[in-house]
Amino acid sequence: MPHLIGLYLHIPFCLRKCGYCDFYSCKGDDDLYDKYTASLLAALERYGKGGGYQADTCYFGGGTPSLLGPKRIGTLLAAAGKTFGLHQAEITLEVNPATVSFSDLQGYRAAGVNRLSVGMQSGVDGELASLGRLHTAADTVRTVEAARRAGFDNLSLDLMLGIPGQTEKSLAQTLKLVRGLAPEHLSGYLLKIEEGTPFASLPEERFPGEEAQAALYTAACRGLEGMGLMQYEISNFARPGFSSRHNLKYWNGEEYLGLGPAAHSFLQGRRFFYPRDLEGFLSGRPPAADGTGGDFEEYALLRLRLIEGLTEEGVASRFGGPIPARMRRRAKPLAAAGLMEEDERGLRLTREGFLVSNEILARLLAE
Amino acid sequence: MRNVQQRIRNFSIVAHIDHGKSTLADRILELTEAVAKRDMEEQLLDNMDLERERGITIKAHAVSLDYKADDGQLYTFNLIDTPGHVDFNYEVSRSLAACEGAVLVVDASQGIEAQTLANTYLALDHGLEILPVINKIDLPAAEPERVIKEIEDVIGIPAEDAPQISAKNGVNIHAVLEMIVKDVPPPAGDPDKPLQALIFDSYYDPYKGVIVYIRVKEGTVRPGDTIRMMATGAEFTVVETGHMRPNFLEPDDCLAAGDVGYIAASIKVISDARVGDTVTLKENPAPEPLPGYRKVNPMVFCGIYPADGAKYPDLREALEKLQLNDAALSFEPETSVALGFGFRCGFLGLLHMEIIQERLEREYNLDLVTTAPSVIYRITKTTGDVVYIDNPTNYPDPGTIAQAEEPITNAHIFSPTEFVGNIMDLCQERRGVFKDMQYIDAGRVDIHYELPLNEIVYDFFDALKSRTRGYASFDYEVSGYQKSDLVKLDVLLNGEVVDALSFIVHSEKAYTRARKIAEKLKEHIPRQLFEVPIQAAIGGKIIARETVKALRKDVLAKCYGGDITRKKKLLEKQKEGKKRMRQLGSVEVPQEAFMAVLKLDE
Repeated sequence: MPHLIGLYLHIPFCLRKCGYCDFYSCKGDDDLYDKYTASLLAALERYGKGGGYQADTCYFGGGTPSLLGPKRIGTLLAAAGKTFGLHQAEITLEVNPATVSFSDLQGYRAAGVNRLSVGMQSGVDGELASLGRLHTAADTVRTVEAARRAGFDNLSLDLMLGIPGQTEKSLAQTLKLVRGLAPEHLSGYLLKIEEGTPFASLPEERFPGEEAQAALYTAACRGLEGMGLMQYEISNFARPGFSSRHNLKYWNGEEYLGLGPAAHSFLQGRRFFYPRDLEGFLSGRPPAADGTGGDFEEYALLRLRLIEGLTEEGVASRFGGPIPARMRRRAKPLAAAGLMEEDERGLRLTREGFLVSNEILARLLAE
Repeated sequence: MRNVQQRIRNFSIVAHIDHGKSTLADRILELTEAVAKRDMEEQLLDNMDLERERGITIKAHAVSLDYKADDGQLYTFNLIDTPGHVDFNYEVSRSLAACEGAVLVVDASQGIEAQTLANTYLALDHGLEILPVINKIDLPAAEPERVIKEIEDVIGIPAEDAPQISAKNGVNIHAVLEMIVKDVPPPAGDPDKPLQALIFDSYYDPYKGVIVYIRVKEGTVRPGDTIRMMATGAEFTVVETGHMRPNFLEPDDCLAAGDVGYIAASIKVISDARVGDTVTLKENPAPEPLPGYRKVNPMVFCGIYPADGAKYPDLREALEKLQLNDAALSFEPETSVALGFGFRCGFLGLLHMEIIQERLEREYNLDLVTTAPSVIYRITKTTGDVVYIDNPTNYPDPGTIAQAEEPITNAHIFSPTEFVGNIMDLCQERRGVFKDMQYIDAGRVDIHYELPLNEIVYDFFDALKSRTRGYASFDYEVSGYQKSDLVKLDVLLNGEVVDALSFIVHSEKAYTRARKIAEKLKEHIPRQLFEVPIQAAIGGKIIARETVKALRKDVLAKCYGGDITRKKKLLEKQKEGKKRMRQLGSVEVPQEAFMAVLKLDE
């Protein structure tokens, strides 16, 4: 049986770069969009040639993928479908509010996109402005309504936590808006200040402190679960049956192919990525090797991002043995401190544990 | 008296650090053509990297040179280079005892400093002829006239004829050599008397065994003689005698009264040839040894542990090797709950300690964790027993102590007058007792304090430097013990005593020290998954407290575009960081924290 992989297509174009963003993106125009689409098609062709891979998820991420428009997205999906099957696939497109019209949305739906991820970020206009976003909360509402009318029944919203000026009160306002929009899925990311971004040069006191961020995170988790969006990963929440199948591939250590500059892949035990270089990608430069993947440590660190955690069942089926005793031993004091759960089913982090998961992983996996 | 004896000049060069002692020695070597120019390495006598780098001489060195003087005669110069630091005072005194004269080098811009005076007095104590030389006259800030006056006023020796030289540029070195011929008296002594030879240095040679540097005071020694070390009683058969040349040993058929040279006698351990001991012959021994021998005792102690516990055997081996050439270094195994297996090491002083630590790290490639230095306390128990404590862990229960005493020093600080206030504040803070203050000239003073050694071992040098912008110089010698109100301070992490952080302190200083330690630890212990209480306690009583709050957020929220590698790298980095940590109960303490508490004056 052919592999069922995830397909990720990176669209590195933005109208404007947000102050916190260190993803790979740049400005473009129609000419460049065409050229870029051609390069992606060539890459799809190259990897699809042997017919060895079948994909059951496809994710257009960015950047702002909706800048390509329904026609180019349609072309790409048609090509991807031809090579990778995409039978009953989850096909996600990231869109920014106010960059898509109702007819665009109809076009995407017609092209085969069946899941939208809307970059809402916040329901408070002041916070959106401080993030450098080009849209308002009202734009999000209009985009979501338009998407529903265009036939999308699987919508995800992106929220940001730890925005300059954000408080539990303003978060409540955002969550109230979310409740009204009734998404099937939501990603809530704690803002991380990346080196080299404009945000990195802002004074620290502009941002909520660690304690405040932890409080925002906890409040968000509670609020979302209160409206039926259950947490299934550190930053992800969904109604039952609507977890992101694509993102789950990352956390389950499954295979995926990422195309476009800065996109990462994991195929046949090897990790590789395209360098952050648009010109290079356009000129057909091949991806760079990034070592091997799929060992126990990697599996553990990914699975422990999930609410389900590291299970004896999963570990046994993949590695043919139990969770190492040393790891369980180290987990015990952490469980006593309420940061983890450790039982016969396996190991998993609690919500408090998620907040300090880097440190927990280092403890569990230290030599 | 032998004719040849008339043309021997035994001398050393004394100076304050950086006044140009080793540079002058280099020039003398060059002028006497003992070393071809092409073999000349800067500061040839300081042949340890560390010596060259720090500009100090750690071990004594000696070299024989031939000099054809203006009078047409060929002279033998025995130049004995002495260690330049108070920690090695005893070695300096033995080296000086091997000489008839001392060239006193004074920096023409700096003038007399603490060690200038300390070393000069030491030389005067040994009845040496002092030959002042004004160095660095090439410096724009040179004031030779002022410095000459300083030498005459402060030391009380004539200096108007002192050669004004630049050792760096080779200016006027000839005058120094002629002065040595003229002013250093030739050695006395009778080659036919029973042998009395002073050991002033020794080192271990893997082929010949211990090479013993001696100054023959009376008598003669030849290969084949059976010698006896008068203090230790050890006996050996001499295999070789000869002279030290700059780059090699030159065998000679004997060493006679007045000579400086070496003996090789298949001696296996350096402690059998102790500096200061007298060598005599088994047949026809001298009736008594030369005066001045004493066994040097370590004054400062600390625990040294390998950062990586597996390197314990390597550390032992390295210490053993260093001890081959350093009889003053002592060590014995010690175990710490916090730091594992290591050694309690004893040193002559702080510099000695730093040098050993640095050599262990550099020459033996060891990563070390060291505990706070301690001095030796003398404790009289209620039973009347007297114990000496060099490790705070062994400090007796206060209830059993009748009297506690600590070592006290005579300290001299030389400084420009503008810093007198700062220096007095510092000495006062360090429980110093002011003795007197003397003006060296209108702008500089010699401040004399009595300071407890335990106050000096805690970053006193650094504190003095920072409060005098580096202008003050400092010297001390231990003068005895003094009754003191001492307490043992314990540090607790998460309620558990960390033995490696305990120390003994004067009760008046306990609160301040406790607070600073707690603050320092808080700075250095990273936030962890649990809250970490830091406490400092005397007996069971907590006197200072800090808390390292629990880590609240350390999460990579997003694995963007399937970039798992980034997450993996982050994990590797964090795991790597854990290797630098000591696990004390559930608390992770970085190794730096143990060292950081040594620097409390900020």
